[in-house]
Amino acid sequence: MATYQLNVNGQTKQVNVDPSTPLLWVLREELKMTGTKYGCGISACGACTVHLAGIATRSCVVPVSLIGDRKITTIEGMGQDPVGRAVQNAWVEKDVVQCGYCQSGQIMSAVALLKATPKPTDRNIEESMGGNLCRCATYVRIREAIKSAAEQVT
Amino acid sequence: MPANYRLLLLVFPLMLIVFVTGIGLSTRAGIVGGDNVSAADAKLADGLAAWEQVYSVLTSPRCINCHTATDYPQQGDDRHRHFANVIRGPEGKGVPALNCVGCHQTANADSTGVPGGPDWHLAPLSMRWQDSNDRPLSSSAVCRTVTDRSRNENMDGPALLKHHEEAALVLWAWNPGRRPDGTMRTLPPLTHAAFVAATRAWVDAGTPCPRGR
Amino acid sequence: MLRSLETCSEGSVNRRSFLRASAVAAGGLMVSLYLDLPAVAQEGGPPPPKVYPPDAFVHVRPDGKILITVNRLEFGQGVQTSLPMILADEMDADWSQVVPELAPAADVYKDPLFGIQMVGGSGSIAHSFTQYRELGAKTRAMLIAAAADRWHVSPDQCRTENSVVYGPTGKSARYAELANHAARQPVPERVRLKNPSEFRLIGKKVPRLDSRPKCDGSQKFGLDLDLPGLKVAVVAHPPVFGGRVRMFDDKEARNLAGVKDVFEIPLVKGSGVAVVADKFWTAKQARDRLKIDWDLSGVELADTSQLWIKFKQLARTPGGVAVARGDDNSLDRIPAARRIIAEYEFPYLAHTPMEPLNATVRFEGNKAEAWVPSQFQTMDQMAIAEVLGLKPEQVTFHTEYAGGGFGRRAVIDSHVQREAAMIARRLRGTPVKLVWTREDDVRGGYYRPMHAHRVEIGIGADGMPAAWRHVIVGQSLVAGTPFAAMLIKNGVDETTVEGVADTNYNIPNLHVSAHNPTVNVPVLWWRSVGNTHNAFVMETLIDELAARARVDPIAYRRKLLKPEAKKLRAALDLMAEKSAAWRNNLPRGHAAGISCHECFGTAVACAVDVSIENKRPKIHRATVALDCGLAVNPLTIESQFQGGLGFGVTQLMAQGAITLKDGRVEQRNFDGYTPPYIVDAPVTVDVHIVPSTEAPTGCGEPPVPVISPAVVNALAKLTGKRYRSLPLTSI
Repeated sequence: MATYQLNVNGQTKQVNVDPSTPLLWVLREELKMTGTKYGCGISACGACTVHLAGIATRSCVVPVSLIGDRKITTIEGMGQDPVGRAVQNAWVEKDVVQCGYCQSGQIMSAVALLKATPKPTDRNIEESMGGNLCRCATYVRIREAIKSAAEQVT
Repeated sequence: MPANYRLLLLVFPLMLIVFVTGIGLSTRAGIVGGDNVSAADAKLADGLAAWEQVYSVLTSPRCINCHTATDYPQQGDDRHRHFANVIRGPEGKGVPALNCVGCHQTANADSTGVPGGPDWHLAPLSMRWQDSNDRPLSSSAVCRTVTDRSRNENMDGPALLKHHEEAALVLWAWNPGRRPDGTMRTLPPLTHAAFVAATRAWVDAGTPCPRGR
Repeated sequence: MLRSLETCSEGSVNRRSFLRASAVAAGGLMVSLYLDLPAVAQEGGPPPPKVYPPDAFVHVRPDGKILITVNRLEFGQGVQTSLPMILADEMDADWSQVVPELAPAADVYKDPLFGIQMVGGSGSIAHSFTQYRELGAKTRAMLIAAAADRWHVSPDQCRTENSVVYGPTGKSARYAELANHAARQPVPERVRLKNPSEFRLIGKKVPRLDSRPKCDGSQKFGLDLDLPGLKVAVVAHPPVFGGRVRMFDDKEARNLAGVKDVFEIPLVKGSGVAVVADKFWTAKQARDRLKIDWDLSGVELADTSQLWIKFKQLARTPGGVAVARGDDNSLDRIPAARRIIAEYEFPYLAHTPMEPLNATVRFEGNKAEAWVPSQFQTMDQMAIAEVLGLKPEQVTFHTEYAGGGFGRRAVIDSHVQREAAMIARRLRGTPVKLVWTREDDVRGGYYRPMHAHRVEIGIGADGMPAAWRHVIVGQSLVAGTPFAAMLIKNGVDETTVEGVADTNYNIPNLHVSAHNPTVNVPVLWWRSVGNTHNAFVMETLIDELAARARVDPIAYRRKLLKPEAKKLRAALDLMAEKSAAWRNNLPRGHAAGISCHECFGTAVACAVDVSIENKRPKIHRATVALDCGLAVNPLTIESQFQGGLGFGVTQLMAQGAITLKDGRVEQRNFDGYTPPYIVDAPVTVDVHIVPSTEAPTGCGEPPVPVISPAVVNALAKLTGKRYRSLPLTSI
C-alpha cells in the first residue's frame, strides 16, 4: 500500500492503495467516481478513457504508481470544459446514447479529438474513435454528434 | 585469324562470367575459408556473420513489431495487428484519442499487462523492416535500411553501436514485462550483451551488408 | 407465426424445486401465452394481474413531477422513454415533468402476455402498449373525477391538457394539486383511449429522457452500485463447463490486504472458488493468485473441430420435422442442372454487453435485497430466494440500469444471481457485489449456439425455388428445462428453425428438419435468436437464386413472397424506393446488397453499399425500411435500427467466433473475440418506417438478421464468391 496525491478534475485527492491498482479502480472505488467505466480491463474498448495531462488515456491499464503529478480529467469534469460541454450537448441533442455504458469513454475520446483537430474529417473521426467499442453500435449518431459539436466549438 | 585466337575470344568472356559469378557467390555465402583467404576477407566474413546475429534480434517480435511498413503496429509473438485499431498517425505516435502513450506509459505496467518505455511510438516508415504484407524483409534489405544514413537519423557505425547499447526503447526489448495473462513476454534470441557484442563486431568490420535483394 | 419466447439454457439446476416454482410463476402461463390464449389461471398458480392499479405505475408528486414506473429493464432500447410516453400521452401529462423509474420485481410488473417480469422477444412496446395506454387513461379519468368532484361538475364538462384539468367557467387545477384526491377515486374499469389523431407524444420523435446522465457520468449502472459495507466478489470458474474444484490453495490469495474470504461454491454446473474482498482490484488479484486443482473427470470436453465433424454429418440426415409442406420427393425429380446444395457454418457467439455481468445481494436471514441489471426479474428473484431458503416475496429485487444485454441478462438458470446469492448467504448481513470480469464473460458460456445447415434446392423452370429441403443442426435453447414441453415439437426446438420454417417465401415444397444435439456448452438466445443464422441462409440463397435466374434481387423477392406477407412487401417496396437513387449510381468498386426478413412481427428490408477496404467489407451506407405497425417513437426506432444493423455486423467480424479446444474456450477478451468498432459498422444508416396504424410490433431484434446477408450479397457481386461460413475471416 502507498499513498498518492492525485489531481482529479482540478482537485487534489489523496488515496492509499496498492501501487499496482489501475487508475480506473482508484477513481471508481477509492474516489467513488463511477462515471469512468470498466468494459474489458485490457485497453481494448475505451470505456475507461480519461485525460491524463490532456492525453486521452485508458485508465484500466495505467497503474496509479505511474501517474505522478499529471492532471487527471474524467467525464465528471467535462461539464467544466467548453469542448466537453459542446460534446455532451451534441450527444444529447443528437440522441446518441442507448444503454449509455460506453458513452463516458466515447465522449472523452471525442473531446480529445476535437481539442487536437477542431474540424475533423470523416476519416479523422473514424481513426480517432476507432478504438472505442459500442455494443449498441451507436456509431452512426456518434459521427453526427462529433460533427455537430465541431460546429459549436469556435 | 588463327583458330586459337578465335577460341580465346570465345573462352575469355566465359572466364569473365565465371570469375565474376565466383566473386558474387563467394561474397553472398561468405568466404568459406582456405589457406589463401586474406585478413580483410576474414574480417568481412566475421562482420557479415555478426550482422546475421544482429538481424536475428531486429526481426524478433520485441523489435520488429514496431518497425512495420503499414499504418499499424503489431503485437505478440505471432506479430498480429495490434488490437483496438490503433494506427501510426502522422508522427508514429498514434492519432488524437488513440495515442500510443494513451496506454503505454514510461514503464511496463505488469499488473495490467501493458508494456511501456520512454516515448513509446512507432519507428518511422523509413526504418521499416517488413513489407506491406507484414513479412520481415531480407537480411540484406534490413541491413541496407539500418545503414542508410538518409533514413536512420544519420547514425554511423559507432552511433548505431551506442544506440543498441543504450537507447531506452532498445533496452526495453530485454525487459518487456508481463502480458495481460501474467506470463512474461519472450525475449530476443540473444542476450543484450551478445547483441551489443555482435553489433560491435559488425561495426568494426565496417557495417558490411550481405549482397542481394 | 412463431413467436420466439425467452427460454432457458441447459443447466442442471435443482430441478424439483425449480420446476415447482416455475410452474407457478411461468410454466403454466407460458402455455397459455404461447397458444396466444388470454392468460388464464393455471392449476397451482396465481394468474397474472389483469388489473394494473395506476398507483403502481404513476405517482404525481406535489411538486408536479410525474414518476412513471417502467415494467422493463432499460438496457439501451429506450423503454424508459417510450413506455412513459405512451402513458403520459393518454394521461395528458406535461412531458417535461415526467421522470421514469425502473420497476422492482413484483407481480404487477409482469409482462401482460408472457406472465413473468422480463424484457425480451422484442416485446416491450408490443406487449405493454395497450397496458400503458389504459394506465394513462385511467389516471386521467381519476384526475378528472377528482376535479369534477371538487367543482361539483360532471366529468364530461372537464378536459385535460399538459397536467392541468380544465373545468367549465374557467376553472382549472394542476394535477399536482389533485393528486391526493384523485388517488382516492375508484379506478375505472373501462376507459376511452385516444383516437390516434389526438396523440401528442405517440408517433412523435421524442428525445430520450436518460441522455444527460449517460453523458455526464452520473448514470448509475448495476456495476456502479455502492452501499455501506459493500464487499466485492469474483468467482474462479472451471476452465471446462461443469468442472469441479478438487482442491485449492488460497494462501497467497489471502495474503493480500483486503481479502475477506475465499471459499468453494457450487455452480449451476460444477463448482468454483469465490473470493471476497473490500475492492474489486483486490478480489481480482487474489483470484489470480489462487492455485486450483480442477476435477474434470466425466466432463465432456467440447471441441469445435470435433463438433463441426459431428454437426456436418448430422446435417446430411433428416432430423425432427418442423415443416413438411408439399412433396419432398419432388426435389429428387428436378434435373441436376437445376439443383443447388449449400452447406453453411455458424460459430458460437458471445453477447459481450459493454457492462460486465454483475449482481449485488444482501442476505439478512429472513429477508434479502438484490440489485441486478436484469432482463429476467421474476426468474432471478426466484433463484435468489431459492438459494437463500426464502420465498420470492421476501427478496426485495431492484432493477438497475444495464449496460446492454442482447439476451445475456435473461438466463433461466439465473446462474450469476445464484452465485451472488451463495456468496451473500455466507456473508450474512453484508451486501456483496459479484462481478464477472470480461474474461469471465467471454469464457463463461451461454452463447448463441453454433449451427450447421444443409440446404438442397430444386429450382423450377421459372427460376423460382420449387422444392427446398433444409436441415439445421444446433443445440436447443430449452431442452432439459421446463420450457421444453412448450417449445420442442416433434423433437425440434422451434427457436432452431425460426426464420426458415415460417418463411414468407412461397415455396410449394418445403421440408425443414433439425437436429438438436447435446453439447457441454451452455447456450442462450442472442439478439434475434434463430433468425441470426436462419435469415442469413435464406437471404443469401434467395439472392443466389435471383442471380441464377438473372432477375433483380428485389424483383425476385417481390415475386417469391407470399401474397399475405403484406408487411414484408411494404418494407421491401419502401426500401427499394428510398435506395433506388444510390443503388443505381454506385462508384466503381462498390456493390449493393439486398436482404429482407420478418421476425417478432416486424418486417425489415435492407440495402447496403459495400466496397472492400483493407481486405474487409466497408459498409458505406445502409437504407433500411421497416413495418412495425404503429411507430410509437420514431426516434427510438431509428436508433434501434441504426444500432441493430451495427450489432448484426458482429457475425461478420474476422474474430467473431467463440471456439473451444479440449473443452476450453480459446478466446479471452476483446483481443480474441472482437465485436464491431466504428470502422466496421455502417457509416450512415437511413431508416424509413412504413406508415401504419396497426398494433405496434417489436424493434429490438428485427434489425439484426438483415445486415449480414445484405453485406455478403454485395460482396458476392464484388468477388464472385458465395460466403457460407461465418465469421468472415477472409473475403
